Formats: sequence, C-alpha cells, structure tokens
Amino acid sequence: MASNDSDRPAETGPIPSAIKILVAGGFGAGKTTMVGSVSEISPLSTEELMTEASLGVDDLDGVEEKTTTTVALDFGRITISAELVLYLFGTPGQQRFWFMWDELALGSLGAVVLADTRRLDTCFPSVDFFERRGIPFIVAVNCFDGAYRYEPEEVREALSIADGIPIVLCDARVRDSSKEVLITLVQHVVATMAVVG
Amino acid sequence: MPDEYASGPAPEEAGPLVRPYVMTWGRQRSDTVQLDMISVVIAARADVDEMSLEPEQVDILSLCHRPLSVAEVSAHLDIPVAVVKVLLSDLIGRGYVLARAPYTTESPVSRDILQAVLDGIQRL
Ligand SMILES: Nc1nc2c(ncn2[C@@H]2O[C@H](COP(=O)(O)OP(=O)(O)OP(=O)(O)O)[C@@H](O)[C@H]2O)c(=O)[nH]1
Ligand SMILES: [Mg+2]
Repeated sequence: MASNDSDRPAETGPIPSAIKILVAGGFGAGKTTMVGSVSEISPLSTEELMTEASLGVDDLDGVEEKTTTTVALDFGRITISAELVLYLFGTPGQQRFWFMWDELALGSLGAVVLADTRRLDTCFPSVDFFERRGIPFIVAVNCFDGAYRYEPEEVREALSIADGIPIVLCDARVRDSSKEVLITLVQHVVATMAVVG
Repeated sequence: MPDEYASGPAPEEAGPLVRPYVMTWGRQRSDTVQLDMISVVIAARADVDEMSLEPEQVDILSLCHRPLSVAEVSAHLDIPVAVVKVLLSDLIGRGYVLARAPYTTESPVSRDILQAVLDGIQRL
C-alpha cells in the first residue's frame, strides 16, 4: 500500500461490468489453449472447493463421508473498454464436475464447444448441456495434427448439431483462428436474439 | 487459516462454507452481498484500518487498486473463490470495496454490448 497509485483508489473511474463466454469440450480438447491464445493475460487458474458428497459420488448413505476436493477453472481476460471486460472460462473437462457448470453457465453470453478431431464424441455432453439450458453455442472443430480432417458438415451429422448452429474449423493455438471462433459465436448470439425478440 | 477453508462444507451453495467462516469473526451479517465469480471489485478508500482486517483482506485491498473480478482475486492470491467472496462481502459491508454485478440472464445483454464485444475481439 506504499505506492501512490494505491493511496488514491477513491479517484478511480467507473467500475467496469463483466461478461463471460465459456469454452467447453472434452478432456484435452484444447480449451485452455484457446483461452490462452486470445487472452490479454496468461490464463489464470482459480480453484473451487467442493465435497465428494456434492459430487454425487457414493452418497447413498447420506452426508457422513464428505471429503473436500478442488476443481481448477482456467480463465482469461479481454478488456473491451473502460466499462466492459470479457472473461473466457475453460470448463472443467472431467465429467464429475459438470454440476459446477450451472454456476459457470449462469449469465454467460454463450459458449464455444471445442470438438477434438481425434475423438469427436467427447464433446457431445457439452453440446447436450448447452442445448438443454438454451445457452447459445457454436462448435469449433480443433484440428489436431495427424487426425482425420473433418468437413464441418460431417461433424454436424456425426454430432446431430441443429442446422442453425455454426460449425467452424480452428486451430486453438493460433490467435487469429480463436478470434474467428469468438466472432462467429457473438454473431450467432446476435442472430439468436433477433429470432427470439 | 488454510485449514479453516479446507474443513468447510460445500461452497457451491454459498451458505454452508461462508457462514462458519464469517462466524469465526463474530460478525455474521444477514445482508451478505451476492457476489458472482465475475463481479468486478475495486478498493474504495485509502484510510484503511488494517488492524481490524484479516491479512488476506489487506492483500485483497492492495491488489484491488485497479478493477478485478472475484475470479482474478482468487487466482492471484491463491484463495478459493468461495472464501474470496466472504472476505470481499465483509470489505464491501465496511465500505472498503465497491463491487459491480456482471451481466447476467437477469440483466439481458443489449445489442450495443454485443457490438462492443465484437469490436473488442476484432481489435485483438
Ligand atoms: N495440433 C494441435 N494441438 C493442439 C491444439 N489445441 C491444443 N493442442 C494441444 O493439445 C494439448 C491439450 O490442450 P489443452 O488446451 O490443455 O486442452 P484442455 O481442453 O484445456 O484440457 P483439459 O483442461 O485437461 O481438459 C496441448 O498440448 C495443446 O498444445 C490444436 O488446435 N492443434
Ligand atoms: Mg484445460
């Protein structure tokens, strides 16, 4: 608290409001890589504490045997303006942490579901999750070296993705590619709003 | 202190972990501020009585001389989000910190905001 800066916090301007986009997909699909490729800070990791009982594991006997565990969330930041900050959250890949997604998903602008070309089906639960909750999402096919190169329409068919939902090919390691993915998502959100109201 | 975090019950219902923790300070509040992971917080005052604060709260205040989300505070200080929320609620209650709620489903995002987001991503 010695610097001049922190001695006059009362003079700070308006507090920005935040908005979030989720990056979901199966284990190792490239979620953290995508968050990192567009974030202005290196991806941060925060942990949530939770009990095994709340994970729905072995809890038939009630709540006697709670053990605490942690789940890490990766996120990045894009400062849009002095009034608006965008956060990108990579969702935990592990299935038993899905229940957390409700808090994560609440109030999110939309989601990118990363499909891993080496094992397309691992993103299906994410697709299902966002469909059920009516959260706008797009599918980004992360093309791994050496894996079969899908056409977007093949992915649509394989995962039964509805016609209105954009499917794009990407390389999560490349900033411009990840940018395109996010732009496609936000444009899709705009289009969805136009239909709804 | 870390042991106290670890023995607390589930955080995702906010209450159970939060309440025992706050009670250890003997000032449980009924008006606990509802903080989201992406609520943005900033230190509000320079005249802080550090002796009346938990060490982690002093850390939070020095970190928050610029606006940061609850998630960022948690990541930088390596304190779980649920605990950060409790520490912040108390700071907000004392007027040491200001918070701004995020855009959520209860505050629908306008077309202007979406356009600003698009422009911001394009500028990257
Ligand atoms: N070839 C190729 N490799 C990638 C791409 N995206 C990610 N990878 C690599 O795949 C590995 C896993 O990427 P992560 O970003 O950690 O995946 P994740 O989805 O965050 O993984 P979990 O959080 O463990 O579920 C890393 O070694 C990345 O470098 C891509 O587009 N192409
Ligand atoms: Mg990851």
